[in-house]
Amino acid sequence: MIIIDPGMAVAVQDTGRFGLRRFGVPVAGALDPVLLACANALLGNPSDAAGLELLVSGPILAADEGSVAVALAGDVSAQRIAADGATSPVKPWTAVVLAAGEQLKIGAPRTGIAYLAVSGGIRSAPMLGSRATYRRAGLGGFLEKGGDLPCSAPGALHRGKEWHWENGPIRVVPGPQDDHFQPESLDALERETFKVGPASDRMGLRLSGKALAHNDKGAEIPTDGVVPGVIQVPGDGQPIILLADGQTTGGYAKIATVISADLPRLGHLRPGDAVRFKRVTRREARAALKERQAAFERWCAALSGAAGEIDHEALYRANLISGAVSGVDE
Amino acid sequence: MAEHADRTPQIPELAPRVRLLFLGDSAITLELPQEHAERVLGLAAALDERIAAGAFPGARETVPAIRSVTLHFDPLKADPDSWLKALEEIAAAMPTARPEPRQWVLPVCFDAEFAPDLAEIAGKPADFIEALTTTAVTVKMLGFLPGFAYMGDVPEMCRAPRRKTPRSVVPAGSVAVAGPMCAAYPWTSPGGWNLVGRTPAKLFDPANTERPALLAPGDLVRWKAVSRAEFDRS
Repeated sequence: MIIIDPGMAVAVQDTGRFGLRRFGVPVAGALDPVLLACANALLGNPSDAAGLELLVSGPILAADEGSVAVALAGDVSAQRIAADGATSPVKPWTAVVLAAGEQLKIGAPRTGIAYLAVSGGIRSAPMLGSRATYRRAGLGGFLEKGGDLPCSAPGALHRGKEWHWENGPIRVVPGPQDDHFQPESLDALERETFKVGPASDRMGLRLSGKALAHNDKGAEIPTDGVVPGVIQVPGDGQPIILLADGQTTGGYAKIATVISADLPRLGHLRPGDAVRFKRVTRREARAALKERQAAFERWCAALSGAAGEIDHEALYRANLISGAVSGVDE
Repeated sequence: MAEHADRTPQIPELAPRVRLLFLGDSAITLELPQEHAERVLGLAAALDERIAAGAFPGARETVPAIRSVTLHFDPLKADPDSWLKALEEIAAAMPTARPEPRQWVLPVCFDAEFAPDLAEIAGKPADFIEALTTTAVTVKMLGFLPGFAYMGDVPEMCRAPRRKTPRSVVPAGSVAVAGPMCAAYPWTSPGGWNLVGRTPAKLFDPANTERPALLAPGDLVRWKAVSRAEFDRS
């Protein structure tokens, strides 16, 4: 597909770049890999296929040669613009086929972040083993006006239910440096409400709220490894949660770590949003992740036009709107 | 069972104390009692070997730091609680590694435009430059940014605390000091270290898939002062 307009803060993301943290290279990848996997599933792509992460304003893309299937996941919608200029709405959670010459104008997510998947996944050249975008070091795919997003002809076309993240507190496991804090600070982390600050981005969420006081061990530690989801607390007591683009090591004491099951929810928070935390054990963290995986598998199983079958209704609808002859070329 | 109990497993009486610290459900940091470069690298190498041999299914990668090694794993595939005994045993064997240090001479230009903090932290900039360029520093670890190497120790005269307010923009190539460490920023980024010069050296190369970072822990680096004209030519 050709990029007519790159939009704002739109980036190619997959599930991240692993194995290079010892060189200081962050994992990067989708802030919400579950939502990316949903978008991919609507097209029969593997869960980790690269798609576009949408944050501010979406791009305008055009199917240049042959038809392309696309699917949106998240609180976002788009417009299909036919060659003759006629427009029709494109909703999320449904695969849509764009005929050659048609454009897709994607809006801004109304809440959180959203993803666009394309048939076959975006097949830009991987860098250091991944297509994930990490802007600071020029890694990954950048959207430029006139640029190309290589993809395949349409395959499976599915329609799914909306994927909902729960709204409860973000679950954390204490540590690794909870012993650097006053006992009251761990209680405060669970009791208080924190607010997402304006300086938040893909590197991390800067929170403000009741200061989390350190004990005499202090805020600084000999620099050690971190993961997305660790809650660092500098000397001022205001927590910073590292996200996908966060550094690989850090020198501030980490009071707690967000569990993997809840990490994708952090990607949807915007400046001004409120955050609450709840302490859980590692055993509970593991159970929560298994439950989330099971929920995703149930979501996939409920797609209309299940794997191996052709979703005639979706195909018919897609072709009716696009006028394309075939939606299943390979 | 209390959750904290399995965060600090029992270590045999005479074995060196290594703390196992969980980072949620996706990593464990093995922390040595103090900074010890050879033990950190030895532990990372021993863990890498066992990961490659399939001892820790779901393990992703190790990251050596100042006095610890972090073992990252896939929380859906790994069962880290079943690894604790093996991890203790590996740590108790106190593996060490002393990689043959590669030696680098990295150019640095101390032109005032590149060194906004030099005058403030150095009594006499010329003495600071002389001290920094005549002492070899060792790469202790990589982190923070792709290719960012923590190097030390710099001579007493070159030490300064981190800036109280970090800069929101530190230009790529900036050479900086903080405490006993020095570093060069491979990328433009925010940063709190004191900027004393700039290097034209390419510190990270994404095309080098085996070893994208120029520097590795254990490497020896000597800074070589170059003129502005030489900097501009390189």
